[in-house]
Amino acid sequence: MTRQANQVLTFTLGDETYGVDILRVQEIRGWAPVTRIPQSQAHVLGVLNLRGSIVPIVDLRMRFSLPRAEYTPLTVIIVLSVESAQGRRDFGVVVDGVSDVIDVPAGDVKAAPELGRQASTEFIAGLAAVSGRMVMLLDIDRLIGGEVAAAASLPVAANA
Amino acid sequence: MALDLAQFHDAFFDESFEALDTMEAALLKLNVGAPEPEIIGTIFRVAHSIKGGSATFGFAEVASFTHTCETLLDELRGNRMQVTRAITDLLLKSVDLTREMLRAVQHKQPIDAQRMADVQFDLELAIVQKSAPVAVVVAAAPTPVPAPARSRAASVHSWRIQFRPYPQLFAHGNDPLRMLRELADLGDLNVVVSAQNVPALCDLDPESCYLSWELTVDTDATREVIDQVFDWAEGDCELVIRDEHAAAAPTPTRVAGEGREGATAEVVETPKQGLGDGSSIRVSTEKVDELMNTVGELVITQSMLTQLGTRLTGSLSEQLRTGLAQLERNVRELQESVMRVRMLPISFVFSRFPRMVRDLSQRLGKHVELKVTGDQTELDKTVLEKIGDPLVHLVRNSVDHGIEMPQARAAAGKPEVGVVSLEAYHKGGNIVVEVCDDGGGLNRERILAKARERGLIGPQDTLTDEQIYDLVFMAGFSTADQATDISGRGVGMDVVRRNIKELGGGIEVRSTVGVGSRFIITLPLTLAIVDGQSVSVGSETYIVPLVTIIESLQLQAGGINRIGGHQEVFWFRDGYVPVVRLHEVFGVKPRATDLHEGLIMVVEGDGRRVGLFVDDLLGQQQVVIKSLETNFRRVDGVSGATILGDGAVALILDVPGLIRVASLRAAA
Repeated sequence: MTRQANQVLTFTLGDETYGVDILRVQEIRGWAPVTRIPQSQAHVLGVLNLRGSIVPIVDLRMRFSLPRAEYTPLTVIIVLSVESAQGRRDFGVVVDGVSDVIDVPAGDVKAAPELGRQASTEFIAGLAAVSGRMVMLLDIDRLIGGEVAAAASLPVAANA
Repeated sequence: MALDLAQFHDAFFDESFEALDTMEAALLKLNVGAPEPEIIGTIFRVAHSIKGGSATFGFAEVASFTHTCETLLDELRGNRMQVTRAITDLLLKSVDLTREMLRAVQHKQPIDAQRMADVQFDLELAIVQKSAPVAVVVAAAPTPVPAPARSRAASVHSWRIQFRPYPQLFAHGNDPLRMLRELADLGDLNVVVSAQNVPALCDLDPESCYLSWELTVDTDATREVIDQVFDWAEGDCELVIRDEHAAAAPTPTRVAGEGREGATAEVVETPKQGLGDGSSIRVSTEKVDELMNTVGELVITQSMLTQLGTRLTGSLSEQLRTGLAQLERNVRELQESVMRVRMLPISFVFSRFPRMVRDLSQRLGKHVELKVTGDQTELDKTVLEKIGDPLVHLVRNSVDHGIEMPQARAAAGKPEVGVVSLEAYHKGGNIVVEVCDDGGGLNRERILAKARERGLIGPQDTLTDEQIYDLVFMAGFSTADQATDISGRGVGMDVVRRNIKELGGGIEVRSTVGVGSRFIITLPLTLAIVDGQSVSVGSETYIVPLVTIIESLQLQAGGINRIGGHQEVFWFRDGYVPVVRLHEVFGVKPRATDLHEGLIMVVEGDGRRVGLFVDDLLGQQQVVIKSLETNFRRVDGVSGATILGDGAVALILDVPGLIRVASLRAAA
């Protein structure tokens, strides 16, 4: 094993590059129309049939409050497995495009600077500089794992 | 011996619980006064094997308690004691206690020692006070088994046993010493041990068995009893049992068909592989569910291919379509087979009722006979698990409220013994379970009076019989004058109905005063599949479960009325029904917004009717239900999702939930 080097899948949203732990990536697939889910947050686009299981799809641009982009045949869905309080969940995230798989030595990961209210860094596990580009490593458990929990704690109509 | 026996615990518990169920069923079948020897034999064997197992695993309390049971049973078996009602009651109590003790041991919790001591004392007392019909009077020694005086000359049998264990005997938790002691308890035992296979010390494996024995037992014990001593060693040894006294006569063989393998009836036992008896295997439900999922996907893939096939043209397309049709048939058969694996006979639920009815009627001082028919009717495991409690409730009600006291029955000219019957059968695509009693029937007037008193209905309301009987399903409704600890608090019938509705079923009541009541439960065969009507709203497709749909209709332009300028209602059959615009509730852009442009589907949930406004009806189909919660969460108004033939996902509507969501919206 090379010294604590993590393989990271990088993808882009606009001009920015993000990375997720490759071991969490279930598959990468093209965009397909989703089935809307009523009463869910705007960034939860809907659900998709992934070889027989029903997988929710989250638009990462909307999640990060970035300007929306058109969905084209080049738009990509990365299916990630997320650890949540309710157990393992599969989630799809819509991104602009997948770039590369890179090795990030653990020592090269820097903590994200606290930026106060300017930007939310709670989903950023760290920053890494890879060939001159900054890659934001996402903590997907916090990013999406909370999705299930947060949604479940919404005031559910008086049938509890 | 440093052998980890813990790995066998699960199997021991599983088997013991199953065995206890057998014992309970056998006890209930046992005729007081004229007990069938085979049934007593079955009961004895259960107690014996649990005792043996617990002793082996070191569960001393269980072993000691079951030993006392066994002693009592041995007395019964030897006809030295009569089977009375009190004895069967005591034994049933012992079954319960053994079950609890095993459960406690299984979960590593303390055993209720006081209760155990009490019941054990009762058992011992019963043994001492036995009303022996046989003239033999044995000195009253509670435990261990008071061995009746035996002499060599009086012994019926002289069993010659060649016992040659395989080296792995110890590994399966067997202790030859225990077996020898048991044999010694039976009569005069003569032991010759052969140590010729013991290897040199350096080659000796301390966990292997090298010894073999030649045993002679002079005893009255039958072949069955001898067999039982070696029950647990089956397959781990070479065993030859011969009766020297009856050398000329054929060896008595075991009565077959009592739940144990018939193969043991052979004189020379051949070692058997594994524990299964060949006709069934234990499979975890997870594996079956996995299989079910995979088949579900296969169905979807197949329908996708079929759709694609219809669009192809060319010389080979015809052949392709034939192949696809064949595939469709095969897949359907496969799906049905897998579905059948999940199906269990309803006897799994029914089996608890004989005991329950017996206990209840005894407590209430009533004479009740339970009749069960169709207990081999098969149901999906999930449905089966959830139907137990509602049925318990209904049966309890029938015994408690339905069947009258013997005097009252006699006065009414009915036989003193009341009958509660449970019946299960197929009807259409459903399973129907009926709980009937020949008791007093529902009292129409009393229900009405109670409902008025509770303000459930107005004093002037006139109701049909059907509507009146429906009232018993309202929350907090009970007409019993006195709430007993059995029933009558009015919690229950509403829960019964809710549980059944949650399963996608329904319940209705028929009743005639003085003749009895009949509760009819309709259940779906499975929860994995639902018959649905696809509807379209804008670009979305939704599935509405067929059972909730009453009628679909198109409204005329003038058919709409408004309440307070907002809520749209229309006249349907005998009342005004509110309109729920599905596109508004779900936030979808519809094709039609004018009510007369689209369609109204009258649906019912939780007893409320609404008209769902949709764009169009698409078609009816059976859909495989998939949970949204697997990867996401519960969504109000949606019970799940399914995958359509083209691979797209469609949501399945939860009509009662949808009505709640819609009424909250309307209230907001």
